[in-house]
Amino acid sequence: MNDHDHDHDHDHVDDPRALRADALEAILIERGLVDPAAIDQTLDYFQNHLGPMLGARVVAKAWADPGFKNRLLDDGLSAIGELGLGGPQVDHLVVVENTPGVHNVVVCTLCSCYPWGLLGLPPAWYKSLPYRSRVVREPRVVLAEMGCVLPDEIDVRVWDSSAEVRYFVLPERPGDTDGLGEDALAARVTRDQMIGVAR
Amino acid sequence: MDGIHDIGGMNGFGPMVRDEQVFHAPWERIAFALSSCAEIVGNTDDFRHAIERLDPAFYLGADYYGRWLGALEVRLRERALIDSDEVDQRAGTSDARPRAIASPGLPTRSPDGGPVRVLERRRRFSVGQTVRARDLHPVGHTRLPGYVRGHHGTITMTHPAFVYPDTNAHGWGEDPQYVYAVQFAATDLWGEGDHSVSIDLFEPYLEPA
Repeated sequence: MNDHDHDHDHDHVDDPRALRADALEAILIERGLVDPAAIDQTLDYFQNHLGPMLGARVVAKAWADPGFKNRLLDDGLSAIGELGLGGPQVDHLVVVENTPGVHNVVVCTLCSCYPWGLLGLPPAWYKSLPYRSRVVREPRVVLAEMGCVLPDEIDVRVWDSSAEVRYFVLPERPGDTDGLGEDALAARVTRDQMIGVAR
Repeated sequence: MDGIHDIGGMNGFGPMVRDEQVFHAPWERIAFALSSCAEIVGNTDDFRHAIERLDPAFYLGADYYGRWLGALEVRLRERALIDSDEVDQRAGTSDARPRAIASPGLPTRSPDGGPVRVLERRRRFSVGQTVRARDLHPVGHTRLPGYVRGHHGTITMTHPAFVYPDTNAHGWGEDPQYVYAVQFAATDLWGEGDHSVSIDLFEPYLEPA
């Protein structure tokens, strides 16, 4: 076990990966290559300050404010900057809009690029080999396996974020949300919609 | 490189499994945090390349953060920041020891002001143009996936210039390049399907159709 002063948990098992992670952490700290406080700050930031609630604010604002929606579709990074958003893995942002006839879905086949600054760290399925390999080839089948069956007449557009541009899906505003404020609208937005595996 | 990571379109990985967790165990958190904090081991591009260079069986057998942990250890060894068996000794096991093929070039730590760069030169391609993804097979890092190589697509968006991963991953300079969103028809890529696939490609990956 490590005896350094920190807040995060360690495994109490014989998993060799856990043993190696602990060993690397101890070595890096002893060599001064990593600041133990930075480890805890990093985990706190990613686990407690980033998440789909940020992207949901963007969607809600776009639903409520047509001017913002236009700016968001025109220049995603500048528009989310109006809300004080941006952050890690969002160096350039393209927002793609779902319409009654178009459905967008985002993947990274080569690794698992994802707009951390808007959605937090991705769920395991987004990083999984089935999702990465299959969604560019048979998106309708993959989405159906995830509970999202798309009618044949909807045009499916897959975005493989292979460079440093990050993609974000603006879902359609539900029909029963007239009169709702932005907070109430944001509560209706799911992470899956913003990735494009839900409608 | 034509590596195990380049899985777009591959068959055989099975059905979707709805695993919603970000981390499954504390060691995955440590692997993420160490990789994020230990900037001394290189830049984003060479980190991705280190993952790609992992032994294919290790890559397929590891979860996402298992690959991060493996790539971190490989890079520390390659830069002689740790001895070759130091982690084995400290961990008390050689199980899960990552192996990787050598990189054609390793960068030294590069200060990262973000990857977007401003270029004075004009873009070679424009929106609406039909292009062909070149059939390149570099031994080093690239972000040109195998499934689009040799295929025709249409430029649908021009993006800014970005640091070029193919050189930056190896310490050969930033060599910024314009990036384009290129849309391919599923029928052209796979012989079937009614969808489109758009992918961001760096200018050197493209040639006029």
